[in-house]
Amino acid sequence: MKIATKEISAVSLVKEALEKAKRCKNYNIFVSLNEEAALNRAKEIDAKIARGEDAGHLAGVPYALKDNFLSREGNTTASAKILESLHAPINSTTVEKLESEGAIMIGRTNLDAFAHGSSTENSYFGPTLNAYDKTRVAGGSSGGSAVAVAKGIVQFATGTDTGGSIRQPASFNGVYGFKPTYGTISRYGVVAMASSTDCIGFFARSAEDIDLLMQICAGQDEKDLTTLPDYYGAEGQSLSPQRIGIVKDFDLSHVDPAVKKTFDDKVAELKASGHEIVELSMPALKYALAVYYIVVPAEVSSNLSRYDGIRYGYRSEDAKSLDDVFEKTRGAGFMPENKRRIMIGNFVLSSGFYDAYYLKAQKARTLIIEEYNKAFEKCDFILTPVSPSPAFKLGEKVGDPVSMYLEDVMSVPLNLAGLPGLAIPAGETESGLPVGLQIVGPRRSDKALLEFAGTIANQAKINEENN
Amino acid sequence: MEITREEIDHLAKLSDFSLSDEEKDSLGTDLKNIIGYISQLDELDTDGVEPTYQVFEMENVWREDEIKPQEADREALLNLAPESEDNQIKVPKVL
Repeated sequence: MKIATKEISAVSLVKEALEKAKRCKNYNIFVSLNEEAALNRAKEIDAKIARGEDAGHLAGVPYALKDNFLSREGNTTASAKILESLHAPINSTTVEKLESEGAIMIGRTNLDAFAHGSSTENSYFGPTLNAYDKTRVAGGSSGGSAVAVAKGIVQFATGTDTGGSIRQPASFNGVYGFKPTYGTISRYGVVAMASSTDCIGFFARSAEDIDLLMQICAGQDEKDLTTLPDYYGAEGQSLSPQRIGIVKDFDLSHVDPAVKKTFDDKVAELKASGHEIVELSMPALKYALAVYYIVVPAEVSSNLSRYDGIRYGYRSEDAKSLDDVFEKTRGAGFMPENKRRIMIGNFVLSSGFYDAYYLKAQKARTLIIEEYNKAFEKCDFILTPVSPSPAFKLGEKVGDPVSMYLEDVMSVPLNLAGLPGLAIPAGETESGLPVGLQIVGPRRSDKALLEFAGTIANQAKINEENN
Repeated sequence: MEITREEIDHLAKLSDFSLSDEEKDSLGTDLKNIIGYISQLDELDTDGVEPTYQVFEMENVWREDEIKPQEADREALLNLAPESEDNQIKVPKVL
């Protein structure tokens, strides 16, 4: 992303990105475009560069913001009716840091409302379409951000990942998607979903670009007391052959043949280039999805109790009493999937069920973390598919929540353990749909993981067809 | 596990939202399926295992208790409310 040259102006870059965004309108990538403010910022940056001032490492680079990040520019909706017109009076820390380096937000991208979903079909504004096949889903919840990068509209986009919401859409659209170690990037100013697993991360076309974004955005923030002390540095280390773990308990007989072939090919390729392949036994991993769909709804039910129609956002017009305000606002303002998760959360936390579900799940979570700890004594990184299948058809799973949840079976275990994970573009199906793979590392191995990925994968391609 | 209409009503009350009869029917089915799925945890032996509530490595992150300048002023915050009057957020009559 070396833009800070005088050869190309920020204004022309921003104009080009906005034009591309408009040409891709039928993919429903953006909830809103940030045209005027973006062009003004571009002019400021061009003026800075003309004066010979340092305009930052991302000077003039257009980017897309997942619409659950607060920014003073435009409204934050989280793709939910209940927040349809929230004009935030603050910037999230990530927006602050990106813009202090000269990046320019050209638009806010679509997501499953409140990031609840794996297809972006749960958006109040309708689904985002897959970059390679408009009859298929973009993945989710950060579907808009993934497609914005895959279509070449922007160089990078922000995302949030609670159980796979960056990695799965990255895989479905053939781009890189990174979820860092829990606590690496400040979550200040980002709409909370499940606080014990939510992470901020990025979509880009190479591991190198993500490394640059990490250098800018990682670090302790006094506004988010769950940020780790600074550990992500600029200096890399030269990597020797690695020990790559493969989980033999993941039953690949049910996954799509193209996913299995992509995985097997990559394992063979790694072996041939001198890396050691280590088979891992991790029997508790198969319970990770059940643990996730207890712990996360529990936290969702708590985090979403703040949307009450009083202090901000939508308020039901026919509410007469105070109880009415809560019940009617929330009844009309949430999507069906939001309601499912809040109710499941209240179910697993309610007296009589707490021990059997919530407490049991948090104990199982300990077993999963212990398995990872043991695994990383034997290997440096773990390679897995991102999801069991490539992008599925629009409408295929939306009526069946459990089959939608099964999409996350290989991505959620990391979130429960707070580990970093990167989706890399690795193959494609016979019909040309992208297939990604996931590299998982131990806590705080983020830098080494991205460097390793840079040595084993190629730059993502851009699909400008139909733009 | 079957989810009765009463249980749906109870959960909707805990969740603070109104539901149409149609929604109650479909949520009843969905919740039954989801709870069926997560109940597979029953087969996992967790005796004597300590629960993990958070994966952040630190505890008790302290800061000085001091007033700092706020990014958003009173007016900007009040403007977010669906209804406000005389520097206060307005809600329907409580009593």
